[in-house]
Amino acid sequence: MDLACTEEEEAFRAGLRHWLSTALPALPPRPPPGDWPARRAHDRAWQRALYDAGYAGVHWDASPTRRLIFLEETEEAGAPYVGANFVGLLHAGPTIAAEGTPEQRARWLPPILRGDEIWCQGFSEPDAGSDLASLRTRAVRDGDAYVVTGAKVWTSHAEIADWCELLVRTDPEAPRHRGISWLAMPMDAPGVTVRPLRTLAGSTEFAEVFLDEVRVPAANRVGEENDGWRVTMVTLSFERGTAFAGEVVACRRTLAALARTARENGRWDDTVLRRRLGRLNAEFRALWRLVQFNVAEAEATGGVPGAGGSVFKLRYSEARRELYDTAAAVLGPDALDLSRGWTIDRLSSLSYTIAAGTSQIQRNIVAERILGLPKER
Amino acid sequence: MRFRPTEDQRALRRGVRELLEARCGRDALRARGARIDRALWRELGRAGFFSLRLPEAEGGAGLGLPEAALVFEEAGRVLLPGPLVATHLAAGSVPGAADGTAVVTRVDGGLVPWLEEADVVLGDASGAVPVRSVDPLTPLHRVASGPPGGPEPQAVPPSAVLLTAAEQLGSAGRTLATAVRYAKEREQFGRPIGAFQAVKHLCAGMLVRTELARAAVYAAAVTADPVEIAGAKLLADEAAVQGAGDCLQVHGGMGFTWEAEVHLHLKRAWVRAELGQPAARSEEVLAAAL
Ligand SMILES: Cc1cc2nc3c(=O)[nH]c(=O)nc-3n(C[C@H](O)[C@H](O)[C@H](O)COP(=O)(O)OP(=O)(O)OC[C@H]3O[C@@H](n4cnc5c(N)ncnc54)[C@H](O)[C@@H]3O)c2cc1C
Repeated sequence: MDLACTEEEEAFRAGLRHWLSTALPALPPRPPPGDWPARRAHDRAWQRALYDAGYAGVHWDASPTRRLIFLEETEEAGAPYVGANFVGLLHAGPTIAAEGTPEQRARWLPPILRGDEIWCQGFSEPDAGSDLASLRTRAVRDGDAYVVTGAKVWTSHAEIADWCELLVRTDPEAPRHRGISWLAMPMDAPGVTVRPLRTLAGSTEFAEVFLDEVRVPAANRVGEENDGWRVTMVTLSFERGTAFAGEVVACRRTLAALARTARENGRWDDTVLRRRLGRLNAEFRALWRLVQFNVAEAEATGGVPGAGGSVFKLRYSEARRELYDTAAAVLGPDALDLSRGWTIDRLSSLSYTIAAGTSQIQRNIVAERILGLPKER
Repeated sequence: MRFRPTEDQRALRRGVRELLEARCGRDALRARGARIDRALWRELGRAGFFSLRLPEAEGGAGLGLPEAALVFEEAGRVLLPGPLVATHLAAGSVPGAADGTAVVTRVDGGLVPWLEEADVVLGDASGAVPVRSVDPLTPLHRVASGPPGGPEPQAVPPSAVLLTAAEQLGSAGRTLATAVRYAKEREQFGRPIGAFQAVKHLCAGMLVRTELARAAVYAAAVTADPVEIAGAKLLADEAAVQGAGDCLQVHGGMGFTWEAEVHLHLKRAWVRAELGQPAARSEEVLAAAL
């Protein structure tokens, strides 16, 4: 039981740290959340810089420990996270790498790594959220293409995406989980309409995507026809695994800043508030240790992140909300001022217990898959 | 990253678990009451429970805090009674502690556990008065403590805090396992109660707290950093106290009986939460480090 890294891992860390110290000052400032073309350009440029420096594929082919070192060092240095490349790097890419044909891998993976193409995820539908397997978007085979009709919702980054990893129903007669296929859909195909949705934080982070007889080449199907559910499960385990790990480091930096602010504005003398900050310190330190524990587990068993990711996500999403509620307590009346960064972050923190599987669904997963309690139905 | 118990550490844990399960069955525990079983204490001594971290030249096993944490986790799991942490920490300094021929206790905050049973008391226990202890398996005395909010006059060393946290972790793991087992067996409305989401989510919450505490306790055992230890204690206290409470709830009326084991875990968890750095102190340590 040990937290040390090997010499090679430390060398990797040192090299990365050095590169970050030269690359970050050259990076233009982050564009405002509402300026999507600028955000796209910014996130692509960062991915391109990572590519040129040899770090683009860290999330895919590096060992879990190196991945963790990468997340830790980039966050510590204040570098951008995956941003608009989220789906490409952490969902679609790994899925294509695991399940795609050699031609599919050659077509889609290099542009993701270079930051050339942005992906979005079209899973959720108006009537299929937690119960994703009830999705109804239809794909009917017509020669060498599927004709897709339906509606997707909460599609993050749809406005600026080139591709969508799309779940469609290819066999309406089959049992729910067995009639689904996974398609790569070009977002500029005729019949695709994107209508941005405004979030409670004011910006348009996600969108509705309407699909009206969109022709998607059959060659864009990853995995067998009607085997899309299994293909999807591969993707979801990546999402709940280490996708949020780096944010724990960012939260610890925020916590340190909160303590500084509280010392400056006098609220540090409030015993209840001070101890609340102390408890959060325990919380985020332990969450980072939990990530390390899960990574060690994954490394030892050679598997993709398992249900342990649900344990982490449950606690992390709650801790993040508590962090920004505490920030509001530190700010006092200023917490109502939207020009304070922490106020927007507090609003955004409310999505963490919903996106990527709600806390209730995570608790079901933990209870049924880890603890072996009987299924609900 | 090798942040998991090694093969040797797992073997150690297995050995301790077997020894303790044979000696700390439910009936043995209750029959003994608030008395120390000297024969068991010596057996623990022979098994290296107290001398684990002494150098081999001094008759110990030369192991570290991580191994000790795993062993104390097992002790917490079976509610092993006695001033285990104090005796373990005294192994290098108090004669008889290492081999289990002496029982050593320590003044801990405003409390002294096992005062009358102990051969040696560390700290100033003058004027100690007996308490009707809430935990039937842990006798307690009170001593005057310092002014509220001030520095703790008889604070315990960080390694004692960590090992107390490890016991809490073991207790949390045990109440979780007990709750899950009962939820699979007990039927109401024609179904195992574990099929009901309200019960399922209680159990999931217990697991989340336990696993977070485990990561915190194991990491603190590796780093021995006092701030990290404070965090581990805080989270392990939470996992043990809330875990016992939730386990009780899952058991319904049965959980409220003297007969069931869960109240013993709850009461011991309350005692340990007060010992070796209570929550308010841990939080102050963690806040000061920000
Ligand atoms: C910021 C954000 C970004 C997102 N990005 C994407 C994206 O890019 N692509 C995409 O496909 N989706 C995306 N989503 C959608 C997200 O995955 C869904 O919102 C989520 O799975 C919940 O589905 P729902 O919104 O339909 O809620 P519902 O499933 O309707 O749930 C409503 C409430 O009922 C509860 N509930 C539902 N079923 C159960 C049950 N069995 N047991 C107990 N409680 C239950 C839920 O926990 C919740 O509290 C995003 C969501 C957010 C908030």
